[in-house]
Amino acid sequence: MVWIVLVLLTALSALAYGLGRRKAKAAGKGHSRPNYQGAYVALWAVVPAGLLLAVVLVFGGRIEHAMLSADAPAAVAELPSEQQEVFYGDARALAAGKATSGTYDFGPLKAHLDAKAAQSARQHQIFLTAAIGLAIALALGGFALAFSRLKPDFRARNRVEGWVSGLLIACSTLAVLTTIGIVASLAFEAFRFFQSVSPLAFLFGTEWSPQIAMRTDQVAADGAFGAVPLFAGTFLVMLIAMIVAAPIGLYSAIYLSEYAHKTSRGVIKPLLEVLAGIPTVVYGFFAALTVGPIFRAFFNWVGAQTGGPLGDYLMQVQNQMALTAGVVMGIMLIPFVSSLSDDIINAVPQSLRDGSLAMGATKSETIKNVVLPAALPGVMAAMLLAVSRAIGETMIVTMAAGLQAKLTLNPLETVTTVTVQIVTLLTGDQEFDSPKTLAAFGLGLTLFLVTLTLNVIAMRVVQKYREQYD
Amino acid sequence: MQMTKNVTLARAEALPDHAPIKINAMGINVFYGEKQALFDVSIACPDRAVTALIGPSGCGKSTFLRCINRMNDTIVGCRVDGRIEIDNEDVNLKSLDPVVLRSRVGMVFQKPNPFPKSIFDNVAYGPKIHGFASSKSELEGIVEHSLKKAGLWGEVADRLHQPGTGLSGGQQQRLVIARAIAVNPEVILMDEPCSALDPIATAKIEELMDELREQYCIVIVTHSMAQAARVSQRTAFFHLGRLVEAGTTEAIFTNPTDPRTQDYITGRSG
Repeated sequence: MVWIVLVLLTALSALAYGLGRRKAKAAGKGHSRPNYQGAYVALWAVVPAGLLLAVVLVFGGRIEHAMLSADAPAAVAELPSEQQEVFYGDARALAAGKATSGTYDFGPLKAHLDAKAAQSARQHQIFLTAAIGLAIALALGGFALAFSRLKPDFRARNRVEGWVSGLLIACSTLAVLTTIGIVASLAFEAFRFFQSVSPLAFLFGTEWSPQIAMRTDQVAADGAFGAVPLFAGTFLVMLIAMIVAAPIGLYSAIYLSEYAHKTSRGVIKPLLEVLAGIPTVVYGFFAALTVGPIFRAFFNWVGAQTGGPLGDYLMQVQNQMALTAGVVMGIMLIPFVSSLSDDIINAVPQSLRDGSLAMGATKSETIKNVVLPAALPGVMAAMLLAVSRAIGETMIVTMAAGLQAKLTLNPLETVTTVTVQIVTLLTGDQEFDSPKTLAAFGLGLTLFLVTLTLNVIAMRVVQKYREQYD
Repeated sequence: MQMTKNVTLARAEALPDHAPIKINAMGINVFYGEKQALFDVSIACPDRAVTALIGPSGCGKSTFLRCINRMNDTIVGCRVDGRIEIDNEDVNLKSLDPVVLRSRVGMVFQKPNPFPKSIFDNVAYGPKIHGFASSKSELEGIVEHSLKKAGLWGEVADRLHQPGTGLSGGQQQRLVIARAIAVNPEVILMDEPCSALDPIATAKIEELMDELREQYCIVIVTHSMAQAARVSQRTAFFHLGRLVEAGTTEAIFTNPTDPRTQDYITGRSG
């Protein structure tokens, strides 16, 4: 029923627009062009009524629920509150001709239930009629008000622009508020975590084994939440990824922007961008099923050839290790680095290249001495963005790096990262008051702060760099 | 054969007696892909003098200028046919490395383009890549000498290590002239060097050109007839990719033989 009204409203807005426009046209040249006058009338006809309907759609159920439970029969009022909720829910379901939830058996209260169902049916009818009536009244009232205001010197354009800027502000406020909400919830839960585990022990402890705290006979031992091994693992994987991605990405960007012929650029650039479109989970099983076994086979073979303690060590290298995850993550980051760097190198003015070439510098001297130094701040920013992606990346490390929190810088060991631990801590059945679960928020907050810092630095650097040419 | 004869004629009648020829272009045709931009241009530029190339936009004067230091090589699909002699040696041969040529032929562009480096490093750039200086003090000597020649030394001597991009437009243009001088070129090409500058900065650059011509062969592209008249000894008028007329500046401005030149310099076309 409400939807029909919405359709009607849309039709009304078109009609209001047309009428407003016609009136404005008939009145001759005024302050605002006829389409603004029409838009003004349409806005007044639709927005107040639309807002009312939105409120009804969102909160209508609750309002009806509250109305229904206002005069509860004594027998129902005695029930525990969650049973009362279900009782009224069932009554409304019956009224709407749907099946009851069946969560509780209200056998003895059947009479009350039927009475309430009947009341709900009547009430729903009244409520709906009132809502729709009010909406139509608002629409017509708004239309009449706005239509009567139209005069040649009426500043409809300014009003319409006011409405539009209001809409834009509302959208951006929503986005900002959502972000603030996410950060606040993260901070709040992290705060609860730090009440049971000291921040110092968390940030500087070297042992990570949150499972211990799950045993009922044991209070969360401080030592079990030392996040240093996770930071070390994250850092190690990130470092390997950047060792792969930074040179390959940068060099392919230099090739693309400086050397590649138009046709080869037209082929290579889209291909690199395809790499960027592969879901990370695909990279994950590429790492786990292809790269991991190849690396293991390689190191085991080298171990077999060398022998001795080193050989023995290499013989028992597993599929899952920091190297596998890091290399595959590096491959994932190559298109990211190269496409950002390519844009930045292209932004270096051609006049600088001409200036250098005209001095008798070769192409490579020009790139080395003029283009790259000019692009350096931007390239650094691209690298920082890649680093913050590497730190936040989850799927590849989950599938290819292992789960054991080891404090090591050996790329052949299994390591675990902050993101992987958050995933393991928050999958399966949760108890949201145990430090084990809350630790995920502590980790999340730390991760957020680190990537935020990196992004802010990167953005600052990019800004500074932009000022140089504009 | 015919062409060579014409060129010889041009040399004989149009050049001031004292000036030996530095650049001698013969039958230059330039193509951008299918499109021909220059048609059979032959012109001689004397040493130790300023030659001005004038003409309406798109007439090919910048294209011709860029032939002299082979900057057109950097444009994909651009082909230059013909013979361009510098000191009687053809520099348009495929076998000749443009990198070597460009260290002999400096160029100043329309928009000042100092590198985002310090003033010192801007000027030291050429000497460094060509290995002119064997010691730091020698390099400092070259930088100081070049900046003095470009008339910029007094203004920047106390801030050599600040970025060159922080200078004013006119100073930047003199900085890139100093940068060009630092590799000790024989020819300096200037592509509308004053079009982005105010009258005072323009006057300084023109003064500088007048001093520099005592040592170099200068070829300048300009849109300002007044500038061509002030700074050049010889003028060449281009129109629609062809060289219409070339001669001493005085002759071109007071007594042009071609009606198109007449129209252009009096402002009736262009």
